[in-house]
Amino acid sequence: MSEDHGKPSAGWRAGLRESATFDRATIHEIQRAAREGIYDIRGGGAKRRVPGFDDLLLLGASVSRYPLEGYRERCATDVVLGTRHAKRPLELEIPITIAGMSFGALSAPAKEALGRGASAMGTSTTTGDGGMTPEEREHSETLVYQLLPSRYGMNPDDLRRADAIEVVIGQGAKPGGGGMLLGQKISDRVAEMRDLPPGIDQRSACRHPDWTGPDDLEIKIEELREITDWEKPIFVKIGATRTYYDVALAVKAGADVVVLDGMQGGTAATQEVFIEHVGIPTLAAIPQAVEALVELGMHREVQLVVSGGIRSGADVAKALALGADAVSIGVAALIAIGDNAPELEDEYAKIGSAPGYYDDWHEGRDPAGISTQDPELAARLDPEVGGRRLANYLRTLTLETQTLARACGKSRVQNLEPEDLVALTIEAAAMARVPLAGTSWVPGR
Amino acid sequence: MGGAGEATVSAPRTFDLSVASVRELNAALHRDDVVDCRVVEPGGRHAVAVGMRAPVSVEIDGHVGYYCAGMNKQATVRVHGNCGVGVAENMMSGTVVVEGDASQSAGATARGGLLSIEGNASARCGISLKGADVVVRGSVGHMSAFMAQRGRLVVCGDAGHALGDSIYEARLYVRGEVASLGADCVEKELRDEHRTELAALLARAGIDDVSPDELRRYGSARRLYNFDVDDAGEY
Amino acid sequence: MGTARARAYAAAPMCGIVGIYSKSEAIAERLGAHAADMLAQMADRGPDSAGVAIYRDPVGAGESKLSLHAPDGMGDWSAAVEALDEGLGVERARVLGAHHALLHVRADADAAQAWVAAELRGVGVTSAGRTIEIYKDAVAPCEFVERFGIAAMSASHALGHTRMATESRVTPAGSHPFSTGLDLCLVHNGSLSNHNRLRAELQRGGTTFLTENDSEVAAGYLTARMRAGATLEQALEGCLDDLDGFYTFAVGTADGFAVLRDPIACKPAVMAETDDWVAMASEYRALATLPGAADARVWEPEPGVVYSWGTVSV
Repeated sequence: MSEDHGKPSAGWRAGLRESATFDRATIHEIQRAAREGIYDIRGGGAKRRVPGFDDLLLLGASVSRYPLEGYRERCATDVVLGTRHAKRPLELEIPITIAGMSFGALSAPAKEALGRGASAMGTSTTTGDGGMTPEEREHSETLVYQLLPSRYGMNPDDLRRADAIEVVIGQGAKPGGGGMLLGQKISDRVAEMRDLPPGIDQRSACRHPDWTGPDDLEIKIEELREITDWEKPIFVKIGATRTYYDVALAVKAGADVVVLDGMQGGTAATQEVFIEHVGIPTLAAIPQAVEALVELGMHREVQLVVSGGIRSGADVAKALALGADAVSIGVAALIAIGDNAPELEDEYAKIGSAPGYYDDWHEGRDPAGISTQDPELAARLDPEVGGRRLANYLRTLTLETQTLARACGKSRVQNLEPEDLVALTIEAAAMARVPLAGTSWVPGR
Repeated sequence: MGGAGEATVSAPRTFDLSVASVRELNAALHRDDVVDCRVVEPGGRHAVAVGMRAPVSVEIDGHVGYYCAGMNKQATVRVHGNCGVGVAENMMSGTVVVEGDASQSAGATARGGLLSIEGNASARCGISLKGADVVVRGSVGHMSAFMAQRGRLVVCGDAGHALGDSIYEARLYVRGEVASLGADCVEKELRDEHRTELAALLARAGIDDVSPDELRRYGSARRLYNFDVDDAGEY
Repeated sequence: MGTARARAYAAAPMCGIVGIYSKSEAIAERLGAHAADMLAQMADRGPDSAGVAIYRDPVGAGESKLSLHAPDGMGDWSAAVEALDEGLGVERARVLGAHHALLHVRADADAAQAWVAAELRGVGVTSAGRTIEIYKDAVAPCEFVERFGIAAMSASHALGHTRMATESRVTPAGSHPFSTGLDLCLVHNGSLSNHNRLRAELQRGGTTFLTENDSEVAAGYLTARMRAGATLEQALEGCLDDLDGFYTFAVGTADGFAVLRDPIACKPAVMAETDDWVAMASEYRALATLPGAADARVWEPEPGVVYSWGTVSV
């Protein structure tokens, strides 16, 4: 779009007025649908503006609350996940983990970069809808292994090699949907791991093949514990929809940790309509989850990990203040290791995109070598460099979180609490259940 | 057990699940020095003999609940009774035999080895199959072999509705009636290589009164492998 | 999270269901004990509350049995019982705690229910009929059977339910079995997806609902269809068209028992039968507690097929 480069475009003519209902993006999409006869598929999470962390502010120290000195006065960031049942809970140095993203959706060097970066900062990565690669296990000191409806690559040896097991019920981008990987990314290696013919479009299951519902999930979790001799924490991941009920049921089904992914959470590929119109914002989901945990007497006993649009230490601090024990990053991690790099502007242009806009990850043509299986493109990503960049970003997130926490007088980041927050808008106040700034009004309470 | 210095064949260890817990049983079965075992009074309990990884045998006298022999590797597990949901789910290798009937999702996502069901299996038999062989002497329920990717399913009885819906490359053989076929699943020609394959499968399952020619072959029409707008109705 | 709308999508039952129907005297004699054993096996999947419908001690013509429930607790049931006695005539009253009472009244069920609705504030009728008794409480299944002495009862048949609740304040009102017709009850494992609109439709047709629970809608649907002339079997077949979602239903009538699974049939259901009994449960291990289970005919009900025993016409 040439107007984004500051030059007037062909579209600027006096008297032209865009419709809010049929704006250019909508017109373009209708035209595309008429041409292709199928829904639009892309990666990423919900793009449209929804109430979120930017609508919250932290109340820093004042006369009644005293700050901590940076650097000299400790602000602890460590967290333990999975204390409820497991013999070996996860001990992480920072409350920021890397979310599940598949080998298949991502290239092997990308997975390695994530593992290196996470391990450098004492945190975990998570496998995805393709199973565990040796590179990831090797480079990730702490690895969470996902059990998804597809069960691609699932095997007991990896289960035993994992540090935790994450039963995936859904994700924020598409709660109720299954995985998606198109033929161009089903390389020989991916195909072999997933037991699929190379080059075909993977069709997805949206329900688990051998259980449906939390009553049967309870039995499945029991089986997983039995197979792994009760050593490993069992996480349950849900996309944010009816969060209060889902979290209560996940806890009753036996979850040690609940991972909650809001609608801003990314995916490698799914239908655009799914991403934008199903699920609720992360901000609206967190208080529901915390309420369910508190009512069950399980807050902090069953840990809550929140994902879906975590970008900065401010987001981390606010999520923790709302009651999360930790957060998880997906899209942000990819950007950190090199996704949408401005240096690749010309390459993006060749595939009809631009840095800062590229989300056609399903196409597998990523010039940054991250969301591709093309060996030449993937080779562009140096996993050591990528790992350092991720570590830098994680360190920055952590320092930012600590800065904000200290400013609120906390010696531990998880001591941030909802009372440290106010909202800028009525919607955010209602969703986050914190007062509108300057007032004591929480809409709806 | 014999004294030091003697070669011994250990007698099977018996676990009575009306007194011992499933945890005790599985812990014993996961040990490196596991021996053949017999399980009595299973009482429909879940997760019996899951996660095994040694070539020993486990005999279960009675009915079991969900996920019996889940993720089995190398072991031979025989259920002298019925089993609940997900028997031998995600099995890697080895053999699981169910003398009675199997509930839903028998052999779900199983990757290797043989699951032999001497009675009937219920819905979703072989769902998402990933390379294992499932042989059913009786009938299977609806949605069997749903999204089956690799492996073989042999049904000597009938198959319920939507057999092989969204199937990938698994091969299905059915002797009796097929209530209906699922999306992209079609009948295919039974050629000599299939007869040979079938003969071997039937033999492994100890079925000697069914001949390969009595079965029909089903598999993917492969029209859903890459999206074509004209197939949109199949999704 | 206390609004009705919030709860409208709340109470999808995650749970265990059981049903047992006697074919012999010996089994009927100890039916309560058998139902209690089955319920105990379903406690893991339904730890928060339990309910049973017991069919026994049928009353005579012109009389009826009512199960009464006071959600906020009755300080003193005797006043209510006295009033009922004056109004209708009480043959026998059994008070089971602050929240429950079972009454045998000298009036037919319709008259009795109408009287309670008009005269007794804060009391709901959880069942009415000739033979049915419904007990529900928000306690773990093992405590539940003790509290109501289920194991000592003799009965012709019984249906039970154990619940994994989503709401924090687990109330008996939200528990199964649901009864919306005489001697009729329903227990449900699964989750319906179109019950809110269906509830509104049934309400327009005159059905009253006490909860936001989807299972209650299913019970109300069956009653409405039967009131309009369908048999229970026809009404259950109607479910296949009119209800959306996942369900295994077990239904009890005065003399009968029926089971139905939705066409997708993801929720479990196992049945077993001997010469002395027929039973169903969400998991086999509940059936394993019954005498002769080892040699019983065991099978899984086919999706979309109504299975019934005894007289299911109402």
